[in-house]
Amino acid sequence: MSLEVRIEKKLGNFILKTDFVTDGEPTALLGASGCGKSLTLRCIAGIVRPDKGRIVLNGRVLYDSEEKIDLPPQKRKVGYLFQNYALFDNMTVEQNISCGISSEKNRAERKKQVAAMIERMQLTGLEKNKPHQLSGGQQQRVALARILIGKPEIVLLDEPFSALDSYLRDRLLTEVKDLLGGLKQEMMLVTHSRDEAYTMCGKLLVMDHGKICDQGNTKEVFADPHSIPAAVLTGCKNIYAARAAGETAVEITDLGVIMETGRPVRQDLCAIGIRAHYFNPKAKTNLFPVMLTEEVESPFEWTLKFRYLNQKEGTPDVWWRVTKDKKLQSFPQELGIAPANLLLLYPYE
Amino acid sequence: MDWFPLYNSLRIAAIACTLVFFLGIFSAYYIARLPRVFKGVLDVVLTLPMVLPPTVCGYFLLIIFGPKRPVGQLLAQWGIRFSMTWYGGILAAAVVAFPLMYRTARGAFESFDETLAWSGKTLGLSNTFVFWRIRMPACKQGIIAGMVLAFARALGEYGATSMLIGYTPGRTATISTTVYQLWRTNDEGGAFRWVLVNLAISTVVLLCVNLLERKKQAGREKA
Repeated sequence: MSLEVRIEKKLGNFILKTDFVTDGEPTALLGASGCGKSLTLRCIAGIVRPDKGRIVLNGRVLYDSEEKIDLPPQKRKVGYLFQNYALFDNMTVEQNISCGISSEKNRAERKKQVAAMIERMQLTGLEKNKPHQLSGGQQQRVALARILIGKPEIVLLDEPFSALDSYLRDRLLTEVKDLLGGLKQEMMLVTHSRDEAYTMCGKLLVMDHGKICDQGNTKEVFADPHSIPAAVLTGCKNIYAARAAGETAVEITDLGVIMETGRPVRQDLCAIGIRAHYFNPKAKTNLFPVMLTEEVESPFEWTLKFRYLNQKEGTPDVWWRVTKDKKLQSFPQELGIAPANLLLLYPYE
Repeated sequence: MDWFPLYNSLRIAAIACTLVFFLGIFSAYYIARLPRVFKGVLDVVLTLPMVLPPTVCGYFLLIIFGPKRPVGQLLAQWGIRFSMTWYGGILAAAVVAFPLMYRTARGAFESFDETLAWSGKTLGLSNTFVFWRIRMPACKQGIIAGMVLAFARALGEYGATSMLIGYTPGRTATISTTVYQLWRTNDEGGAFRWVLVNLAISTVVLLCVNLLERKKQAGREKA
């Protein structure tokens, strides 16, 4: 089971140029808005035609510019869940779900399958309702039921949670994950939320300006992103330009310090990322004098903004986040960081 | 009272409106997909009848379909003549009413949420189904509005109609040409009767539109 996407698409000044292969595990495509992640999904589903390239799903060629293959969306067996669910408001729940198996010509069989799907998706009693009479969660279940009933080879989820409030989002996130996991349904999630990507998907692709800039197992990419966009999107708050300064050391010019990374540093290193939780007043390494500039309180933690003593003027403050129980009585004179916690960031092609 | 003008006006308006419905919808749908230059040019050409004086439209129709013109002569070989025939009135009414349907349908299509069509297609629904069962119902309100405008315009058409088919009692007379003709011949009472008929039809049309609107609103409130 695999999806192979190698496409190029130009839209005005924007150029999408992606090249990746998934292995059947749930895969997240993480990127800031406007990076081309939805466009990628649309190309896979056949809604948008790429300029050139090749898309292969489980050995079936969906699109190939050289062989002049371009299957219509109807023939691709690709399910697509839109952010607004795109339910048909002029049809009932039942009719909406029935749209997913229009290829089944036997009426009785179709009815049976729709009824079974309604029961499985806990929509019993809502068959005759119109979509706008349903709650957000119910609407999402109808949209999923409509897609799953057609047994697509892959389901593409296009930011399905971003319009929801955070409480509902957390609930639906696990609901959808369990549902698709239980069906062993191959899926790809497009999102700008690192939480969704981390919770839902074992594999991760990070996209920036139309290009894949980092990929791998989700946990590994989060632990050690290799590019600046990947560091930003996985939630790294402190990113500063840096250059290699010896075998294992880096010079962070903006902060006016040289830090030890404990591992080989390539010459083309362009920046260093430090996660806001990783500063430690008790660390023995990379210990430098600092001064506090601002404290910001949030429900469960403090954000302490500080500057290194020799930090360049005009550079942004460094963020240190501590949970409330760990906050010290007074701000320490010096802060350190374990070498392994420095993210080494390189340019991507 | 001879009711022929009423019958003639209604059949001309009804047939013209049906033609304009399909033509307007398909041109609105396909022209929206064309490259920008073609779109701009076609848009101007197709909307012109709305801004031109109807007599000018009639002039153009005569130039094209007049019995001595090439197109007119060509059609005459099959026995079709648009000038001075009642079905010429359909042509005149359709040309003048078309832009109203085309414009409103285009506005409705442009505000259509394209993700609905996309999701229909990825679900395996045919393009025809997506068009008639998803796109059209979603744009229903705009299209009905366009239909009503086009019907009212076709029913009240005077300028192009009088140029192309003139006024022959019992053959090409419509309500509006009859009103003018009766007034011109000092039959004020006759003209007034037809004015009343016209008022009655227009009122019924407007009442129907309002009823449709109210029904729609009620449906929404219930939801």
